Amino acid sequence: MRHILAKSLAPTDGVRDYLAAQEKKSLLRFLTCGSVDDGKSTLIGRLLSDTKQIFEDQLAALERDSRKHGTTGDDIDFALLVDGLEAEREQGITIDVAYRFFATPKRKFIVADTPGHEQYTRNMATGASTADLAIVLIDARQGVLPQTRRHSIIASLLGIRHIVLAVNKIDLVGFDQAVFERITEAYGQFSRDLGFQTIVPIPMSARYGDNVTSRSDSMAWYSGPTLIEHLETVSVEEAVVELPFRFPVQYVNRPNLDFRGFAGTIASGSVAPGDEVVVAKSGKSSRVKRIVSYGGDLAQAAAGQAITLVLDDEVEISRGNMLVSPAARPQVADQFAANIVWFDEHALLPGRSYILRTETDQTSATVTDLKYRINVNDFAHEAAKSLDMNEVGICNISTRTPIAFDTFAENRTTGAFILIDRISNATVGAGMILHSLRRAENIHWQSLDVGKRVRADMKNQRPAVFWFTGLSGSGKSTIANLFEKKLFATGRHTYILDGDNVRHGLNRDLGFTDADRVENIRRVAEVARLMADAGLIVIVSFISPFSAERRMARELMADGEFIEVFVDTPFEECARRDPKGLYARALNGEIKNFTGVDSPYEAPEKPEIHLQTLGKSAEQMVDALEHWLNERDIAEDQYDNGGGI
Amino acid sequence: MTIALTHLQRLEAESIHIFREVAAAFAKPVMLYSVGKDSSVLMHLAMKAFYPAKPPFPFLHVDTTWKFREMIAFRDQMAQKLGFDLLVHVNEDGVRDNINPFDHGSNTHTHVMKTVALRQALDKYGFDAAFGGARRDEEKSRAKERIFSFRNAQHVWDPKNQRPEMWKIFNTRIASGESIRVFPLSNWTELDIWQYILQENIPIVPLYFAKQRPVVERDGMLILRDDERMKLRPGETVENRLVRFRTLGCYPLTGAIESDADTLEAIVGEMLTARTSERQGRLIDRDEAGSMEKKKREGYF
Repeated sequence: MRHILAKSLAPTDGVRDYLAAQEKKSLLRFLTCGSVDDGKSTLIGRLLSDTKQIFEDQLAALERDSRKHGTTGDDIDFALLVDGLEAEREQGITIDVAYRFFATPKRKFIVADTPGHEQYTRNMATGASTADLAIVLIDARQGVLPQTRRHSIIASLLGIRHIVLAVNKIDLVGFDQAVFERITEAYGQFSRDLGFQTIVPIPMSARYGDNVTSRSDSMAWYSGPTLIEHLETVSVEEAVVELPFRFPVQYVNRPNLDFRGFAGTIASGSVAPGDEVVVAKSGKSSRVKRIVSYGGDLAQAAAGQAITLVLDDEVEISRGNMLVSPAARPQVADQFAANIVWFDEHALLPGRSYILRTETDQTSATVTDLKYRINVNDFAHEAAKSLDMNEVGICNISTRTPIAFDTFAENRTTGAFILIDRISNATVGAGMILHSLRRAENIHWQSLDVGKRVRADMKNQRPAVFWFTGLSGSGKSTIANLFEKKLFATGRHTYILDGDNVRHGLNRDLGFTDADRVENIRRVAEVARLMADAGLIVIVSFISPFSAERRMARELMADGEFIEVFVDTPFEECARRDPKGLYARALNGEIKNFTGVDSPYEAPEKPEIHLQTLGKSAEQMVDALEHWLNERDIAEDQYDNGGGI
Repeated sequence: MTIALTHLQRLEAESIHIFREVAAAFAKPVMLYSVGKDSSVLMHLAMKAFYPAKPPFPFLHVDTTWKFREMIAFRDQMAQKLGFDLLVHVNEDGVRDNINPFDHGSNTHTHVMKTVALRQALDKYGFDAAFGGARRDEEKSRAKERIFSFRNAQHVWDPKNQRPEMWKIFNTRIASGESIRVFPLSNWTELDIWQYILQENIPIVPLYFAKQRPVVERDGMLILRDDERMKLRPGETVENRLVRFRTLGCYPLTGAIESDADTLEAIVGEMLTARTSERQGRLIDRDEAGSMEKKKREGYF
């Protein structure tokens, strides 16, 4: 039998009346999640079909596809409606989240169909981050599985408070009430501490439609709502309008000298002309003069609206700052604790520098302490040195500059951030802030009269950090020592930080794992920065194999002060020289994690100075370095004199 | 005092937020302007997002030279009225080779005159972000795409490896040569678009309204014979019929529907009882299964 699945919501009292009624409908955003093959996509296909959202041409295409890729015999395979990527259809799995839209006479819905495979957890998190309710599917034959737990924990961390426990494929266990109750009980036990406000269990068969949009004839023992009845009526409203005013400044609109507007989306609360507002990071206050909009000025605006504010005073505000209520201000700090969900195949390493982004702010950040990892099966807090893909942990985070935030529990918009890899620019993690660790406003930077410039001038030089990177045995130390002698001879004040020396003192507690290598470099970079601040020319001689850490070091220094020197000697030559006999031992397997042997070396792509050592003497190398330094100083002196200080 | 936002207000705010994010985070954005109804809505939202300033980016029309004449007239009229910076790009190589939908088929024509042309234009100007009007409800592979959709230096979309997109926190970081396609209308449905056009009184190309037009029935579609370049096949005749268009593209590839809907209300009313999706009138989607995803991976919008 062919159903006509076209929209049948014909207007009765004229189109405008119909549309006015549409406008009053509330919107529910939800996702479907759970383990592989629990029937998520099938359920959405069923919902779309039963609510008449599928057009005839789409249905015809679906029938064609079902014959080609379908897994349901002669029946229509509804999963193919949402598994829209070729790879998904070929493999019969869901890889990425699909967003679908449907409406009933009572409500509008945006549903995110998310993948069940563990390797695509990040795509499930993407769907969950904008949802208010999660349908957790369970195959009645399988019960609660690890992915059920993982998805529930992530949903909980991301702030979802409403769960539908869809016990699916109930037809395959003979519509057995005992199975349903056993699963409901097990899930209730497991999720007790996840902070869900509602958990509504529904026995159903997505494939045949039992208890999805119509009540099942086969389960007289079930008296609860059908899925659609529940979705139409569940209340998920969070009164963000009642929260204190938060306005992350997204864009400063300055078309001419007479207009300066701050554009952004109100995260919480409301605002009206005349209201006092405070700039979160500076504490300066002003009043709202106008709320400018295309259709004329507004008398007020509230959470969710994208507006442009004009203030009474010329206060300094740029993107990333926040305008807030004076009575209830956000925290401003550079250290805080957060839940982190890790997405990337390269593990989170404490000490490595990442880019942290809030809705409008951006700074660099490191995890200073990975406090523990959460075991998704039993919530056990496990000690961990790194966080692998799809793992969840609690971390302390330190940012380069303070950010303004609320805790995620208080405000889902101002309490969230993402982490971005500095090299690949991949989104590697999502964070939910728990609490600040100390307030940055209590630690004012000392503004000393004796500054870096004065210190350097007294030495008659410009500070610089020459960062030598290269394989063990490439000649870094030899060149560095000779370079220092030469500089000393010309009256320069210098210091060498050498890998071996520092490891005997400052970094004696560190080994050679990736995490320790990252921390090793971070400490050295910080020391180099202090020395540059003291006016010295610092020569750092470290293998420093990872480009991410070298970039982190670069960003610590002032512009032009970091000079990356790539001491480029081929691996074979280094192994042949083997001044300390280390290569022989590493190649024998006696030393682990040896760079170039069983630990990678990421060569610099654009070093300031590239020293190809083969067939050249150390003196020739040092001449090149000194020449470079002189050129730089001359260029900067000219620039300074032209600047007219 | 009522503060709860209506459905359209919510969609509008989300789109405006996306526009501003791009303007703040990218060095050289552009808006792809295809002259259709979604582009009209996009343009209206861009005007709102930056008011009282003009949108701080140019509008780019990739002209395949086969667009309806009324579209080109409307485009020029809007550019003049709103005062935005309009760039028009044509793939001159394709013009030289006389690539056209009749001799080369919709696939080759679309690839050369639209996909390749778009890549040429993006490379020529060095745009690092490009707005498009695609919606997730249009097609299955679009339903899977992020709002901020990453493209490598060859403009290729990798649907199996998209960046996670959490909350409204968008990752706008790219390396040199890479770019982002941005879809402010991702969460709008066709109904939302029409409803918004009605509410905001947004001008659209008159081809959307029913009128007597000279059409030819070909391959089961009603093609408007917009100029003499369309040669009639044996047995074909041009008849005047009361028709309109649900979507607009290249005229030889865009089927008209018989309709008497000549007001916005009538169009919406007709849409509410429609039994086929809007892309059904597009020849290019039917060439092969998964054809939209394939085109998108190659750089089509």
